[in-house]
Amino acid sequence: MPSRTKTVLIWIVTFFIMLIICMPGLWIILSAFRTNGEILTKPAIWIPQNLTLDNFRAIFGFGENVVGIPVASYFRNSLVISITSTALALLIGMTGGYAFARYSFPGKKPAFLWLMLSRTVPGIALSLPIFIIWSRLGIIDTKFGVILVFTAINVPFTVWLTEGFFRQVPNDLNEAAQIDGCTRWQAFWKIEFPLAKSGIASAGIFAFLTSWNEYALASQLTRSTDSKTLPVGLMDFTAQFTIDWAGMCAMAVIIIIPALILTFLVQKHLIAGLTFGGVKG
Amino acid sequence: MATVTLKDVVKRYGAVEVVHGINLDIAHNEFVVLVGPSGCGKSTTLRMIAGLEEISDGDILIGDQVVNQLPPRKRNISMVFQNYALYPHMTVSENLGFSLKIASRSKEEIEAAVQDAADILGLDELLERTPAELSGGQRQRVAMGRAIVRHPDVFLFDEPLSNLDAKLRTQMRVEIKKLHAKVKTTIVYVTHDQVEAMTLADRIVIMKDGHIVQIGTPLEVFERPVDTFVAGFIGSPPMNLIDGTIKNDTVVFSDGRSVPVPPDFSGKVVDGRRVVFGFRADVLMPKGHTLAESGVLHDLDLTIDLAEPLGSESILLSSFGGKDIQARMHNPRPVKGGEVLSCELHLEKCHLFDAETGQSLRG
Repeated sequence: MPSRTKTVLIWIVTFFIMLIICMPGLWIILSAFRTNGEILTKPAIWIPQNLTLDNFRAIFGFGENVVGIPVASYFRNSLVISITSTALALLIGMTGGYAFARYSFPGKKPAFLWLMLSRTVPGIALSLPIFIIWSRLGIIDTKFGVILVFTAINVPFTVWLTEGFFRQVPNDLNEAAQIDGCTRWQAFWKIEFPLAKSGIASAGIFAFLTSWNEYALASQLTRSTDSKTLPVGLMDFTAQFTIDWAGMCAMAVIIIIPALILTFLVQKHLIAGLTFGGVKG
Repeated sequence: MATVTLKDVVKRYGAVEVVHGINLDIAHNEFVVLVGPSGCGKSTTLRMIAGLEEISDGDILIGDQVVNQLPPRKRNISMVFQNYALYPHMTVSENLGFSLKIASRSKEEIEAAVQDAADILGLDELLERTPAELSGGQRQRVAMGRAIVRHPDVFLFDEPLSNLDAKLRTQMRVEIKKLHAKVKTTIVYVTHDQVEAMTLADRIVIMKDGHIVQIGTPLEVFERPVDTFVAGFIGSPPMNLIDGTIKNDTVVFSDGRSVPVPPDFSGKVVDGRRVVFGFRADVLMPKGHTLAESGVLHDLDLTIDLAEPLGSESILLSSFGGKDIQARMHNPRPVKGGEVLSCELHLEKCHLFDAETGQSLRG
């Protein structure tokens, strides 16, 4: 086969695979700008006839059809819960990861293994016990309760990811810093932390996205506008007899945008191999 | 006065003792090299001096101060690591000035000190580069620069040249020696390379299995090794060591050949004693290819197995007393395998060791 034909064929195959992967996302974005009627038409209209911003206007309370959903509150809840649980998970996970990478202590291996095994338990399996305990503690339907759960979900993965990055930073650097006059904490903060920065940033993105997108547990633990997150809020578009698909898609787009922006921003800092050259190379 | 004193220093990891109560006095401005095979405890000893390893027993003093409990930052020491341990996210200049920055010195002071170190080590053009942009030798120089900017009481070097190629190693060895002459500071240097130890040290400390075997100047340990371990470890090629038995003031070997007991040892051994006879390649030379030296000579005929020409000399491989041995030929001529050469052995430079303990019988 001539190489030109081969290239064209590869492009076509790649295009179709990409189309399949991107289709759901594209469909949501397209639907966010269409009317409910057009979305529900059978046979489906693939190419939108007229695009509209009405769905977004409705969500934010402008225009003729106002949706009675407190999106702003949900957005605020999501932001508070995701940012706080990410910060906590990073703080706990990073110090844990550092301890696992640098110190030896009794029970280190089993502890690490158990931490990882906790990831194998499906979150939803824990929802009932968490629900009962949280309701007894009186933290059901509070942001605090959700933050606690999301932090617990994120810590094991953060420990695992940062441990790997800290282990890549040669211990010699920490020792050199201590000899150069640093305390253990200064050596961590001035030398090891900047070098493991990319790993910590990745862990942060993962933790944030997990919290931002989580639906199953949040839907069990939240009830009111005080604590409901955006993904949970999506269900507000389903009424007894109708589903406002257009509104739901518009809100889904709103959910996607901050996550997308964050990923792009932090992506710059995900420079691998920063430690290269400090030691023998 | 930056002396370093080790008093009965012990290091244990759990139940395993790796350094067994060593004693060492290092004088002000002295260059001491700890040398020994892998696992002999030399690096652990250095790390204990640095404060990177806790000591299990005994005392370490820097100057008059016991530093057992002091963290590394309070010992006023600098260390050059085997892997250089340069901070990869900082430029050379930031690497050099890091310790002063931590000590909250003024910007001008830091700049002056960095410039000073850069001048001494020829790092001027590299100051704005990062470690990744440097060659091995340059990184090594930056690591040394980082050590000297603080004017520490003691320099510690942990096998600093072992990652460099042979040529660069020779070059850096000279630079370290020059550096010591310039900065005049107490240096404790760890290496497994006996050539480095011989060329750099004021005194060599030879370690084995967590014990100090011998302490002495390079010439002392070369000429008067206390046991067969030191005799085999120091010097290149290593000392020839042959098992034998004393009989009528001669050492008789397993193949029936014999040599007289060296003059330094006569009267110190009795008939029937099993010994190890030791001599360096330099003291066994073919006639006509020796250095003009007088002394107590013993004639030997050697069948040469192989000659290794090194230019100005050749190393001759042969067997004697049931062992493979090496002799040295100055102003060499081509030697064929199987050729028999008449050689001279300088008896006064030969050694006798106890066959059981390996200790020198010099007394």
